[in-house]
Amino acid sequence: MAQPNIVLHVADVHKRFGGLHALADIDLQVEEGTTHAIIGPNGAGKSTLLNVIIGKLAPTSGQVVFDGAVLTGRKPYQINQLGIARVFQTPEIFGDLSVLHNVMIPALAKRDGAFRLNMLKNLNAETTIRDEALHMLEDVGMSGHVDMLASSLSRGDKRRMELAMCLIQHPRLLLLDEPTAGMSRHDTNTTIELLQKIKQRGMTKVIIEHDMHVVFSLADKISVLAQGRIIADGSPDDVRGNPAVQEAYLGGTH
Amino acid sequence: MFDVIFLQFLNGLDKGAAYALIALGLTLVFGTLGVVNFAHGALFMLGAFCAVAMRMLLTLETVTLDPEKLSPWGTPLEVREPLMQAWLGDFGAVLVNYSVPVSLLLTIPIMLLVGIALERGIIKHFYKRPHAEQILVTFGLAIVAQEVIKSIFGPNPLPQPMPVELRGAADIGAWLGMQANVITYPLWRLIYFLFSAILIGGVFAFLQFTTFGMVVRAGMADRETVGLLGINIDRRFTIMFGLAAVVAGMAGVMYTPILPPNYHMGMDFLVLSFVVVVVGGMGSLPGAVAAGFLLGILQSFASMNEIKAIIPGIDQIIIYLVAVLILLVRPRGLMGRRGVMEA
Amino acid sequence: MSTFMSRNDLLLLIGFTIAVLTMPLWLAPFGAGYPDLLNRFAIFAIFAIGFNILFGLTGYLSFGHAAFFGVGSYAAVWSFKLLSMDALPALLFAVVISALFALLIGFLSLRRSGIYFSILTLAFAQMSYNLAYSVLTPITNGETGLQLTLRDPRVLDNALFEAGPGLPSPTLLGMPLQGFEAFYFCAALLIVAFFLAQRISGSPFGMMLKGIKSNQTRMHYTGFNTRPYTLAAFVISGMYAGLAGGMLAIVDPLVGAERMQWTASGEVVLMTILGGAGTLLGPVIGAWLIKYFENIFSAINDVILARFWSFLPDGVSDAMVQITSKFVGDGWFLTLGLVFVLIVIFLPGGVMEGVRRIADQFRPSRRSGRPANQARPHPRPAE
Repeated sequence: MAQPNIVLHVADVHKRFGGLHALADIDLQVEEGTTHAIIGPNGAGKSTLLNVIIGKLAPTSGQVVFDGAVLTGRKPYQINQLGIARVFQTPEIFGDLSVLHNVMIPALAKRDGAFRLNMLKNLNAETTIRDEALHMLEDVGMSGHVDMLASSLSRGDKRRMELAMCLIQHPRLLLLDEPTAGMSRHDTNTTIELLQKIKQRGMTKVIIEHDMHVVFSLADKISVLAQGRIIADGSPDDVRGNPAVQEAYLGGTH
Repeated sequence: MFDVIFLQFLNGLDKGAAYALIALGLTLVFGTLGVVNFAHGALFMLGAFCAVAMRMLLTLETVTLDPEKLSPWGTPLEVREPLMQAWLGDFGAVLVNYSVPVSLLLTIPIMLLVGIALERGIIKHFYKRPHAEQILVTFGLAIVAQEVIKSIFGPNPLPQPMPVELRGAADIGAWLGMQANVITYPLWRLIYFLFSAILIGGVFAFLQFTTFGMVVRAGMADRETVGLLGINIDRRFTIMFGLAAVVAGMAGVMYTPILPPNYHMGMDFLVLSFVVVVVGGMGSLPGAVAAGFLLGILQSFASMNEIKAIIPGIDQIIIYLVAVLILLVRPRGLMGRRGVMEA
Repeated sequence: MSTFMSRNDLLLLIGFTIAVLTMPLWLAPFGAGYPDLLNRFAIFAIFAIGFNILFGLTGYLSFGHAAFFGVGSYAAVWSFKLLSMDALPALLFAVVISALFALLIGFLSLRRSGIYFSILTLAFAQMSYNLAYSVLTPITNGETGLQLTLRDPRVLDNALFEAGPGLPSPTLLGMPLQGFEAFYFCAALLIVAFFLAQRISGSPFGMMLKGIKSNQTRMHYTGFNTRPYTLAAFVISGMYAGLAGGMLAIVDPLVGAERMQWTASGEVVLMTILGGAGTLLGPVIGAWLIKYFENIFSAINDVILARFWSFLPDGVSDAMVQITSKFVGDGWFLTLGLVFVLIVIFLPGGVMEGVRRIADQFRPSRRSGRPANQARPHPRPAE
C-alpha cells in the first residue's frame, strides 16, 4: 500500500468530567476502507470516545478531524451530512413508523439535505427512494418485515434495520457501538456476516465491541483503551500477543 | 425612596409566598413521582373552598318565625339564631371569628384524602406514560374539580372575613425605628407570610431530618437504586402526593381573606406557579421557593406607577416575560438540574 | 397508484367533502342543521386540524394556540374596519398576521422541547391576552371587544360603493355572507384546509414531522436539522388558527380578548385529543363533538330534565333531575372534563382509536404483525 489515506483523525483528545479524566491524550488514525475496532474493559472510555467523535460530547481539548473537516463543535446533523452514520448500542429507531419508512427517512436526508420544505409532493411519488429502501431491506434480509411497525420488531431485527438506515446513506464512515450487544449467538453470527458483506464494499468503519469473537472476525486494526488511554494499537495479531492488553483485560475486569 | 421600595418589597411577599407554596408542592410531586401535575392549582382552590365550607358550617343558623313581632312589611319577623353561639356560647363566637385558621383543621385531613385518592386512583397509572398524557389527564382533572366547585358554590367569589383582631395594619416602619405610619402593611398579609415561611420550613425540615424524608430525597435523586434496596418507595411517594396536596390546600385556606375564592382561582395560580417552577428550575425545591418570592416581589415592583409609566403594561406580563427570558437564556432555571424534562 | 394521491386518500377526501357539504341535511335530525352552529363546526374543525399538524405530527404540545386564533380575529375585524367588508382580504390578513406572530413565538418557543415548550407557548399566549386587555386597548378595545362602527373608514368599500344605512355585514365579492351562504363559504374553506392537511401529512415533510415525534435523537443523527421542520409545522398550524379566528370574526364580528385566553387554547387541545391526535379525521370529529354537545347540553334546563325523567316515581325523578342538572346547562364543562379524563385514561388515541378497536373486533384474522398504518400515536417519554 502506498500512502494510506487517513479518513478520521482523533488528535490529542482529552475529556474530563469534573475530576474524572475520562479520555487522556487520545490519538487515533483510521485509514480509509478499513474496519477499526476499539476495545477495552468496562469504563475504559469507549462510549465517551464515540460520543466525542459524533459530536454529542465536546472534548475538553484536542479535536477530531474527518477528511480535512474539523468535527469538533459541529452539531450531530452536520456531522451526519459530512458522511458519518452511527449505529447505537440500544437501537435508535422510529418506533411509531413502518420499517419501510424508517429506512426511507435517512435516504431522504441524504438526498434533500438537512432541511427541505418538501410539502406538496406525495410520499408515494418518491418511487426512487422507495425502491432504494426496499432494496436495502432485502440486503439486510428484512424483506418480510417491510410494512411492520418498527417498535414491534425483535431486538435483533431492530438492530439490522438500524444498520440498513445507516447503510442507505452510503456513509464514508460508519460508527458501530456494540452492534451485537444483547444478541443471541445466532443473531450475532448473522450480524457478523452482514458486516463482513459491507466490508467488501470498502466502507470505513469504527466499531466498539466487547465480544472478542466479533472483533477478531471483522477488524483490520484494533486500538485498546484502558482507563481513558490507548494502551495498544495495531493489527489483530499484534494486539492479541500484547502483554499490556492481557494485563488490562485480566486485571481490569472481574 | 427607601420606604417606597421597602413597601413594594413587602407587598410582593404575600403573593410570592402563595406562589412559593404552590410551586413547592408542584416540584415535590414532579421530583418524587415524575408527574407534571396540572391539577395542582385545583388543590389550592379546593383548600380555599374548605375554608368557605367551614365558615358555612360555623355560621349555620336556625330560623324561626316570631308571630309576636312584625317586620316593617307586616310579616312575622324572622329570628335567626346562630347555632354555634347557641351551643358553645362565647367559644362559638370565637370559632366563627377565627373561621379561616380553624378550617385548617378540616382542610388537612380532607386534602390528604383527596391527594391520596387522586394518586392511587388516577395519577399512579400515568407514571410510565408520556408527559404530554400526564399533562392532559391532570388538566382534565383540574377542569372537573373547578366545575364541581362551581356547581356547589356558584360562580361568584365568596369573600371570607379575617378575624376582627387581625384586620388592622402593622406599622412595620415604626417597628424598625423609622417614622410611624409610613410603612404599614396589613396584618393578615404579614401573618400569611409568616405562616408560609413556617410551612416551607416544616416541609424542608421534614425532608431533611426524618427517615421518611431521607428516603424520599434519595428516591428523588435515583428512584431505581432506592427501589433495589427493598424500600417500598411507591407508598412513600403516595404519601408525598398527599402531603403536597395538604400544603397546597393550607396555602389556599389562609389566602382566602386576601383573595375571595372563586372556582377558577386554581387555574389562575397554576399557570403562574408553573412559570415559577420553571424559573426556579424543574425539580429543585429551593429553586421553587426562591423563584416564588422573587416573582411575587418583581410583580409588585412592576405594578408601581413609576415603572408602568416607563413600560406600559409591564405589570401584566412581567412574570411571563421573566419566565421566557429565563427559559431561553438559562433553560435549567435558577437552580434546576440539567436534562430534566427536556425531551 | 397515482403519484398525486393514493386511492385511499382520494376516497377519504371525497367522502369528507360529501359529508361536509351535506351537513345541513344529516345534522338536521339532531337539531344542529342551522347555519350558526354549522359555521362553528367548520371553524373549530379548521382550528383543530391546524393544531394537529403541530401536536399530532411533531408531538409538541402547545398551550398557547388561542393567541393565533385571537390575532386572526382581530386582524379580520381591522380589515373590515379599515379596508372592506369583503371576507377575502379579511382572511388574508388574518392568515398573514397570525403567521408572522407564530413565526416569532415559534422561533423562540421551539428552542426548548417537552414541558418547557408547553410552558413557553402558554407564557406567550398569556402575555398576549393580558396585553390585549390592558395596554393594547387601542387595538383590541379591551373588555368591550373590538367591533364594527358606523365611523369606520372602510377605504375600499367607500371608494367603490355608496355606503348603505346601518352597520354593514361581511360579504364575499359583493354577495352577502349570511345564513347558508356563510356556511357554504366556511365549508369550502374547511374542505380546502382538510385537503392541505392531508397533503402535508402524506408528504416527505409530513413524514419528517412524524420522525421528530417518534425519535428526535435519531433525526439528528440521520442528518436532519429538526428546528426548521418544527418551526414550519408551528407556523402552518398558527396560520390555520389565524384562518379559523378570521372566520369566526366573519360570522361574529365582535371580538373579545377571551378568545385568546388559555382556556381557549385548552379547548383545541381537548378537541384534538378527544377525536384522536395524529389522525386526519380525529381533530375534525373532536371539534364537532365538543361544539355539538356544548350546544345541546348548554341548552338543557330543569324543565327538559323533569320531562326526561318523568317516567320515574316522583321522588326518584326529582333526585335524578337534581343530579343530572349538575352536568348540563352551565355544568356542561363538568361533563366535558369527565369525558376528557376518561378518554385520556382509557382511550388515549381518542374516538378514532375507539373506532379502530371496534373495527378490529370484526376482523380478528388480520391482527397478527400489527401493520404500521394502524399505529397508535404514542410520543416517546423523556430520555
